[in-house]
Formats: sequence, C-alpha cells, structure tokens
Amino acid sequence: MAFEGLADRLQNTINKIRGKGKVNEADVKEMMREVRLALLEADVNFKVVKDFVKKVSERAVGQEVLKSLTPGQQIVKVVQEELTELMGGENSKIASAHRPPTVIMMVGLQGAGKTTTSGKLANLIRKKYNRNPLLVAADIYRPAAIKQLETLGKQLNMPVFSLGDQVSPVEIAKQAIIKAKEDHNDYVLIDTAGRLHVDENLMDELKNIKELTKPDEIFLVVDAMTGQDAVNVAQSFNEQLGLTGVVLTKLDGDTRGGAALSIRAVTNTPIKFVGLGEKMDAIEPFHPERMASRILGMGDVLTLIEKAQASVDEEKAKDLEQKMRTASFTLDDFLEQLGQVRKLGPLDEILKMMPGANKIKGLNNVQVDEKQIAHVEAIIQSMTKAEKIHPEIINGNRKKRIAKGSGRSVTEINRLLKQFEDMKKMMKQMTGMQQKGKKKGGFKLPFKPF
Amino acid sequence: MSFFKKLKEKITKQTDTVTEKFKEGLTKTRDNFSSKVNELVARYRKVDEEFFEELEEILIQADVGFDTVMQLIDELKMEVKRKNIQDSKDIQSVISEKLVEIYREADETSTEINIQENALTVILFVGVNGVGKTTTIGKLAHKYKSEGKTVLLAAGDTFRAGAIEQLEVWGDRVGVEVIKQAAGSDPAAVMFDAVHSAKARNADILLCDTAGRLQNKVNLMKELEKVKKVIEREVPGAPHEVLLVLDATTGQNALIQAKTFKEATNVSGIVLSKLDGTAKGGIVLAIRNELKIPVKLVGLGEKMDDLQEFDAEKYVYGLFSELIDQEEA
Repeated sequence: MAFEGLADRLQNTINKIRGKGKVNEADVKEMMREVRLALLEADVNFKVVKDFVKKVSERAVGQEVLKSLTPGQQIVKVVQEELTELMGGENSKIASAHRPPTVIMMVGLQGAGKTTTSGKLANLIRKKYNRNPLLVAADIYRPAAIKQLETLGKQLNMPVFSLGDQVSPVEIAKQAIIKAKEDHNDYVLIDTAGRLHVDENLMDELKNIKELTKPDEIFLVVDAMTGQDAVNVAQSFNEQLGLTGVVLTKLDGDTRGGAALSIRAVTNTPIKFVGLGEKMDAIEPFHPERMASRILGMGDVLTLIEKAQASVDEEKAKDLEQKMRTASFTLDDFLEQLGQVRKLGPLDEILKMMPGANKIKGLNNVQVDEKQIAHVEAIIQSMTKAEKIHPEIINGNRKKRIAKGSGRSVTEINRLLKQFEDMKKMMKQMTGMQQKGKKKGGFKLPFKPF
Repeated sequence: MSFFKKLKEKITKQTDTVTEKFKEGLTKTRDNFSSKVNELVARYRKVDEEFFEELEEILIQADVGFDTVMQLIDELKMEVKRKNIQDSKDIQSVISEKLVEIYREADETSTEINIQENALTVILFVGVNGVGKTTTIGKLAHKYKSEGKTVLLAAGDTFRAGAIEQLEVWGDRVGVEVIKQAAGSDPAAVMFDAVHSAKARNADILLCDTAGRLQNKVNLMKELEKVKKVIEREVPGAPHEVLLVLDATTGQNALIQAKTFKEATNVSGIVLSKLDGTAKGGIVLAIRNELKIPVKLVGLGEKMDDLQEFDAEKYVYGLFSELIDQEEA
C-alpha cells in the first residue's frame, strides 16, 4: 500500500535507463506510464489522466526532455507545470451583487461538508470583507441539520434563518432573502441538503431555488477524498445548475486529492477554497501549485517552509548556527532545538511533507514517537547546569541521579549522551567542510526543494 | 458446471427481495462495469498490452484499489500466457473468475454481525467525517428494534455541532432511547454512562456513535482508542463489533482509512455507505484483498430499511450478473 510519489516512481524508471547515456522515445513512453500510474493512484479521473499524459508526452518527446541531462527532473518539471496550469490560477474572489444581498448557494453530495463550509465561508466573508452575512438553513431532510447550522451560528455570533423542517427549501430561501433585506444582511448563504446528482427530484429542487433566488455564486462542496466518481458528480451538478466555484473539503487528511484535478478539468470551474479542519477559521484560498505537488506526491514544501518560518525564531537560529560552527553546542542548545522542531507540529506530519522522505529506508512508515522526544527532554532537564555544558563530567553517580529525576533508565541516558557526542562530531566535520568550500553556511532546510 | 452457473443457480433460487435490492442498488455500477468489459472485448480482437491498459482503466474507474488492480492485471497476463489465450473473447471468463476469487479468498471471515445470545452486544462505529455513521446507526437500530430487541444508542459524537440532536431524531423515529451528555463532554465518559445504562436496562444491543475523524489526526485516533478501552473495561468481550463506515464514493484513501482505523481500534467489519449513487465502491475489493476486513453492511439508499447485510455472493452477482449471463449464452 505504498503510495509512492511521482518523483520516486520516475526515479525507479530512470535507474533502469541510466547507463544508456541517452534517452529515447521508448524511455519517455516508459516514464509516461509512471506519470499515468502516479496520477491514477492519486484518484485523478482516468479520462483526465489520459488527456493529460498525451499532452505531456508531446512536450516531452519534443526535444525538451530527450536532450536533457536529467530527464527525470525534466519530466517532473513538465508534469508539474502542466498540472499547475490545468489547475488554473488562484481565484478566491467572492462575487458581490450590485444590489445586495449577494446570494451564495452551497450544494453537494451528502457528507461533503456543506454545513461546516457554510459556517466557515460566512465567517470569512465577515472577517475579510467586513460584511454582514445571513446563514440560511435549507436542509430540511437530514435530521438535526438545521440545529447544526444554528449551533455554528451561535458559535460565530451570526444570524441563522430557519423555518423548521416542514417548509419547503424553496420557500425558506425566498423568505430568507426578504428577511435579509429587512435586516440589512448583505450576504445570504443558503445551506442546501446533500443529494445525489442522479436524484432528479432533489436536483429539481435546487434548480427551483436557483430560479427564485438568482444566486451570484453556486459553490459545489466536494470531499477531497472522492474517487473516480468526482467527475460524474461535478459534471452533473455543473450541467444542471451552472457552478461558479468549488470548495474542496477535508484536505487536512492524507489524501492526494486528485479529485481536484478531475473536477477542474471537466467543469472548468475554479476551485476557490479548501477546508483544512473542523474549526470555523480552517478555510484557505486554493493554491494550484501546491495542489499539483500534493497530487504528484512530492511533498508540500511550500507549506512546510511557511510553517518553519512562522515558528522558528530567526535570532535563535542564528545564535544556534554560530554555536554549531564553533562547536560550543551544549545539551541546553540541543533542548532548545528540539523545542523549535516540535513547534512545527507532529513530527511524522512534517516528515510527510518532505519530498523524498518516503524513499529513505526506515522513514517511509516511521511513526515518530513523540513520547521519546519528551523522554529526551526530561533527561536533559534533570541535569545540572554544569552537566549540560560539560556532559563529560557525568559519571555513574550523576547518571543515577539523572535517571531518578527524569524517570528514565541509565541505559537511555547513556544512549542520549552517545548520540549527543556523535552529533557534535558531525557538526565539527560539517563546519570544516563549509570552511573549505568558503561558503557562508546559512541555516538550510535539511532537504532540497524541487 | 462453471462457477458462475453455480452461483447463478444458488442466487436465483433465493427469490427474495434482498437480491433485488442489491441488483437495484448496484444497477449503475453494474451497467458501467460489465458493459465496459463487454465493449472492450468486442473492440479488441487480440489480447495485447493496450487491451490490458484499458482493462486496467476500467477497474481503476470502479475505484478498485490501485495495488489490487496491478496484481489482478499481472495475474491475468500470466494466465493468458499459460493458457496461450489470443482471442479476447476467451479472456472474458478469466477476468470475471479472477475478480470473484478476490472476494472468495477472504471469505473465511464471517460477514455476519457478531450478536450475543442473551447478553449485551456492544457495537462501536468509527470513520472519517461525513461518511454516514449516525445514519447507519439509525437504520441499524430500526432493524434490531423491529426484530424485537431492546436497543440503546450512545451519543459519542460530542464534538460536531448538532450531532447529538441528529442521533436523538433517529432515536425518536425508531423509538429507542439515546444516552447522551452535553455537547463538548468527554466521549469516553458518555460511553461509560451508556454501557452502564444498557446493563441496568437489560438492553440487548448498544450502538455507539463516535465523532468523525480523519485518520491522520493522531490525537483524535488516541481518543478513539480510549473510548474503546472504556467499553472493553466495562463489558468483558466488548465491543463485539467495531464497524468502520466507508463512503462508497471515496477513492484510494479508503484503504488508508481502513488500515489506520484497524490499527487503532481493531476494526472487525466495514459498512459501505452511499452505494446508491454512481460510485462503484470498488475499493471494497482492495480492502478485502489487502487488509482482509470483511464488508458486513451496505447502505443502498436513504430509507430506514435501506441497510442490508452484506452477502459477498449477492454483491458479486449484482456486479457481474451481465457477465455471468453472457458466459452462459
């Protein structure tokens, strides 16, 4: 069940080709097969994949790749470029009606996350555009759907319009707009019930709501984990209602999210927002290039860098770097560094964001044990100041004391001390190398972004 | 007599509505799959690389797990070589045979729900957000209630807005009691309460709802482990079933869901929900093949009685019945 990224897949092929010196058309074909498999594995619709691969092959065979010294990287580059382009530009604008209120209709299958997204969008509209939205509970079918929206409204301190579950959704929408005009709500978000795109009656209901409210936006809410059927769903909703945008939800999961590409390709409708969690502010504009990397399994480097920038203290990093170079790195600094890394988030999630991390043996299925890091912290914190600066003074008695203080075994303390010694040695070597190369060593990320 | 003939005879003898429901629910799936294979065979006279590539696509399109498709194609290629098949018509039966084999291989695991005789049965429902856990519980409560059993529901989703109320509406509809606490309270505490209420009321079945969670959220998965532990501690041998609810529209990620939830809660069976759309739920094939977790229930619609016990043979028949008929002709 290894979900290899495209880069890894291509590497395998290239390893086979390597030594031949030149890449021929047959090799490109072989590589294209890997591209195809990587996309299919990411749930991109097979028809979309077919067209896409055809397009990329043409570019690849047209000299660009054949003549390159690094055909694998070239292919990845071409694929990523084409993919990003296919995904469309960034577009997270929300329409604004000349005559308020602006009406937004939320539609989609059951369980996609329409109600949650309605709350998030309303919150965003209020925060970002300083508007005054009204949420409308038009899902009269699912038990307690109205209650769910009302609860979210309460959390957000935002009005929710509802007429219970005995009035038709069309009537609810109609009256909601009247109410919005009275109360001066300049945005109206209609949360409709989840429905199958093949359910004619319920699709007619949506058409009627559209007819009556003349919405400025119709957003399709789609679960990022959707498989091959995403195409049928999006196409059908688009044909029947004319979508203006897509919101991709549950992207905080570990799905590749190939559905995004499929939907974009068949509907030509922009993906405007992505949902990244259950909290009401967990909504972000859609970034096509990031999504392209994610679908290809190349790690979300940009997000990682952003995270790192947000949580690593620049001053401290410089200070640490200086210490590393002069090899005056103490256990205290080590502790500090651990803390900084931990601030980035759960370690196994960080690993997942690194391209190629799944290629390194032992790292692919690593379950980083956060507990172990806590243990290391406990051990270091149980040392005296002198011990932290000069760990060599730690003798048997001191070890016993540290063991007691931290609740860990002496063996563990020995292991940590050994690791720390090794690390210091490595730092010495590294700084030596850097001085030779006369490079001003910045604090580099431990991987190379593509 | 061929395997399909036997299967058909067995199925057609049971002229119950269940089989019809299966066929009905799977109509869209079946039409797609069988007609595509037929069309493929008609189009290609020779069995070559391109033929296999298209077959691969047909399977992928049904969301059959990626590795499973690759494995299947490899096996088919070997079979073709071994039997020296060249005409595409001759491969048709091999294809269907191989597909069915996957279901049958994993068949040693029971697809029946493990119900205790004269004792409390606790069933825990887990899954990601929006797959239909609460709805499934409502439907299952209805089924057991109409069989004359005393059913209790535990409102373990204390997180999502309106989740407790949603379960309560189902409780009212079906006429069973819901054990709940305030929104935001500890789900493990709700389970503790529910288990003791179930014991005190001499209930037959306790259905435990939990909040939807994405499988990569470590803390939430830990919370689920705790919920399960509380049930284990309070009722020896419980939970008797841990059912993972999967949305039939989910793609490859369903496999990771099954794997991760299995690790955290030792999932004993799968409920495949929303199989009434155009989605194929083919990922079930992969889950059986790679993780050996049986599908136990299938959601085929929105009505209260649209939850069916999973019968591999009926499912296969529903999926491939056109192929089967054709083989006979």
